[in-house]
Amino acid sequence: MNLINLTATEIAKQIHSLQITSQQVTKAFLDRIEATDSQIGAFLHVGAHRALAQAALVDQSIARGQIDSPLAGVPIAIKDVLCTTTEPTTAASKILENYVSPYKATVVEKLESAGLVILGKTNLDEFAMGGSTENSGYKLTKNPWDLTRTPGGSSGGSAACVAAAQSPISLGTDTGGSIRQPAAFCGICGLKPTYGRVSRYGMLAFASSLDQIGPMAHSVEDLAKLLEIIGGHDPRDSTSIPQSMPDVSSDLRKPIAGMKIGIVREQIDNDGLDSDIRQKLLDSIEVFRNLGAKIVDVELPNSQYSIATYYIIAPGEASSNLSRYSGAHYGYRSSTTSSKDTSANTSSLVDMYCNTRGEGFGPEVKRRIMLGTYTLSAGYYDAYYLKALKVRRLIRQDFDKAFQEVDCILGPTTPTPAFCMGEKVDNPLQMYLVDLFTVGANLAGIPALAIPTGFSKSGLPIGMQLQAAPLREDLLLRAGYAYQSSIQYQPTWPTL
Amino acid sequence: MNEPTYTTVVGLEVHVQLKTMSKLFCRCATTFGAPPNTQVCPVCLGLPGSLPVLNAKAVQLAIRTGLALNCRIAGFTKWDRKNYFYPDLPKGYQISQFDLPICIEGFLEIELANPNTNNSARGAIVSDKKKIRLVRAHLEEDAGKSIHDESNAISRKKSDTRIDLNRTGTPLLEIVSEPDMRSAEEAKSYLTELKLLLEYLDVSDCNMQEGSLRVDANVNVHIPGKEPNAKPIATPIVEVKNLNSFRSVERAIQYEAARQYQLWQQNGLSIGQSPKQTRGWDDQDGITTLQREKEESADYRYFPDPDLVPVVIAPEEIARVRESLDELPQAKRQRFISEYQIKLYDAEVIVSQGRATASYFETLIQSGATAKRAAAWMQQDVLRTLKDQDLKIDNFPIPPAKLAKLLVVIEEGRLDTTRGREVFQQLVQNPRLEVDAAIEALGMVQVDSQAMELLCKELLEANQDVVQKVKAGNAKAIGSLVGQAKKKNPNADPRVVQDLCLKIINAS
Repeated sequence: MNLINLTATEIAKQIHSLQITSQQVTKAFLDRIEATDSQIGAFLHVGAHRALAQAALVDQSIARGQIDSPLAGVPIAIKDVLCTTTEPTTAASKILENYVSPYKATVVEKLESAGLVILGKTNLDEFAMGGSTENSGYKLTKNPWDLTRTPGGSSGGSAACVAAAQSPISLGTDTGGSIRQPAAFCGICGLKPTYGRVSRYGMLAFASSLDQIGPMAHSVEDLAKLLEIIGGHDPRDSTSIPQSMPDVSSDLRKPIAGMKIGIVREQIDNDGLDSDIRQKLLDSIEVFRNLGAKIVDVELPNSQYSIATYYIIAPGEASSNLSRYSGAHYGYRSSTTSSKDTSANTSSLVDMYCNTRGEGFGPEVKRRIMLGTYTLSAGYYDAYYLKALKVRRLIRQDFDKAFQEVDCILGPTTPTPAFCMGEKVDNPLQMYLVDLFTVGANLAGIPALAIPTGFSKSGLPIGMQLQAAPLREDLLLRAGYAYQSSIQYQPTWPTL
Repeated sequence: MNEPTYTTVVGLEVHVQLKTMSKLFCRCATTFGAPPNTQVCPVCLGLPGSLPVLNAKAVQLAIRTGLALNCRIAGFTKWDRKNYFYPDLPKGYQISQFDLPICIEGFLEIELANPNTNNSARGAIVSDKKKIRLVRAHLEEDAGKSIHDESNAISRKKSDTRIDLNRTGTPLLEIVSEPDMRSAEEAKSYLTELKLLLEYLDVSDCNMQEGSLRVDANVNVHIPGKEPNAKPIATPIVEVKNLNSFRSVERAIQYEAARQYQLWQQNGLSIGQSPKQTRGWDDQDGITTLQREKEESADYRYFPDPDLVPVVIAPEEIARVRESLDELPQAKRQRFISEYQIKLYDAEVIVSQGRATASYFETLIQSGATAKRAAAWMQQDVLRTLKDQDLKIDNFPIPPAKLAKLLVVIEEGRLDTTRGREVFQQLVQNPRLEVDAAIEALGMVQVDSQAMELLCKELLEANQDVVQKVKAGNAKAIGSLVGQAKKKNPNADPRVVQDLCLKIINAS
């Protein structure tokens, strides 16, 4: 019996009807990882022994009828920025090589108490900075649909492992598109929830005001179920929204007739948009129209500034967030004693800081630390960081205004399908432009859903994005579910 | 007296550790003296992924302090990160408040001994009040402690530094004054008054040795210009750190002012012509030494902390805190003077001992002692005993009601002051003893006034010569009767005997 080419909902159904056990499923996925991850490189750490033990416990609980969680027994992979106490948590950075957290992230606790079985920790761009997973300090992750291409990033490992049937579902994090873009590149679904919907406690921060943890899966239904498990207020995160997580999965089947879906013309007409992506997007507009949705034009006049705004705010916060990786208390500490600084008054402490950070961080992380340090410096703060905060407010107001008229905004997730390994590594600016359609949701704090629309002529997965007002994940999931039902979406897996 | 050659100008930054059960952004305890690194958690250790959560109690204490310092309380305040690298700052930034502090402006009134009054007899000091303006008071988290091993410092070998992060994240209120103080003495009385206020508010332990009150002084001197109407010349401002007692604050300011004046005489550099220095006070050698010059100081890259939400303080909340404020030292002094008619000096001494002592004093009066006698006994007997035995008023063996009873006995002349002191000593030594029992135990009998009157009448009748002498205007002649009275009744109060005899003679 094929246990791996299933959605989480399907797996759960079989486990809960006692047709299969969580251990069998877990074993099947672990075997798949074992067999394929040398090609894909999705995982940084696999906790096979622990996962099987955990699955055995879940099986016992299910057998005794003690767990009624909808995804109990289902294996999951999580991005290696989420703290677990059994495997290292490295953010794919050498500076945290072998670092094991003494505490668990809130989402990890929630997964465990809901009976999910964590298979392992997935690869990413170092500290989630990047869009191709090529910035990992450890290894490259390949796109399962074309091993010469990147899976996107920064949650490249979390996207690739789901696409490659190494795990049915995963958690990623999204600061500027890091869930949605790799989901699009790998042909799966990904949801960036409203800022504050999912607790950030125990997630290694990149840019605190933009970071959100979110689910990745084959089906919108899986996303809804996983969001219900990880969402909700957490007193340990001051930015967590003080609301309990509503039931978004029961309403999935509600018809969307009458739903108003907004279209931003400039996005569809954008010269940089791949023609296959545009065509599939136009097709999906028709699907929604046929479902009874009303298609309306909306404007986001300040969205042209979103990349610039994002690349000032995110590095600014990152430069401060990453100060703690200094070698003084945990993680990597340089053993180099020589000082590059020849001035006589540098202390051995400053040498230790410089060497540790110089050796521990990769080039993209250093680039962003320098950018952020610059924009926060006295004399530049007002012109850069403060100005960016003001533009951010304008961008948010654009969305507020648009959502007074429409329920969702439909558009592309990425300008192009997955690009080749090495294609953009030497041109950071071009790499940053990949975030064009996704950063707006982070700046505005709104939820956004990426779902597959099919494949390009060259056989690469492509997708679309739906955005909604804060806390309206329900609308996104309903629209997404209606779309997938309407086209009778069936997940497909590449042959490896 | 010659005109002073310069004026000392001082502004103070005082870091006050707030008396909360737990730290500013996590639930770790703030108890002083715990074994190193035992009061820590992922949050105050700055571990990857941890997030701060505000302790509302610290905000409340800050509002309380701000109101008592006549500050405006911000309706909207936020948290900013102050970024710098140091091993005792595990996150690489300190959470502080930059442009929107919780308490804005304000002042503290200090009493100055008037230098023109040479008569320093008790109660005769004429005091002047002076307002020291405050710039702001803001909340921030404390850093940890670096403990440097100095043993290898001389040989210049690598020496160890140990880090204790127990203190990391402890709430601090930084109170920044305007440069309104004009001498080391004024700085000291500002600190004394501030410390007293904070103790009355019960917001801090104010223990300088334990670091719950820390002072940095910004010092420079103004030198009068040569021309009659010329503006004074200001020397570059120096920030003096490492001040471990009020005494060292005073000494450091005096030293620093003299040093700056001398340096100015040598190089003539005024403010703006040389960089702002930070100097450390060396208490042993009585000097300040250069720590760093501002040019090489860090750019802290302040920006709003995205992990925390702004704090909105409703006017009702401020009003509620204001209502909860008890009487503050300044008001208490005034009231003691007007309500109890005690001298300013007495009021100052009693109030400055803290809230509990002042309340002890008031209980004495409420229990029947006269204010004058209560004030005198507070200072001469109670406070001295506290000092001698190193006690706090809360542990003083004689409760105020009991002491009041003794004072009433003395007031009524049933016991003289000397004997009263003996009883007081008995009560101190044996807390279970009651006043009457103590008097009896000492073999003293309280003489009631009727018995005394009888005794005096007898004496006068037997000593008509004395009566005649007194009538002739020699009141001192009574003295010879006192000895006789004491022989007949050892408990007779000489003063009472004298007064009664005179009264009887005058009435006859």
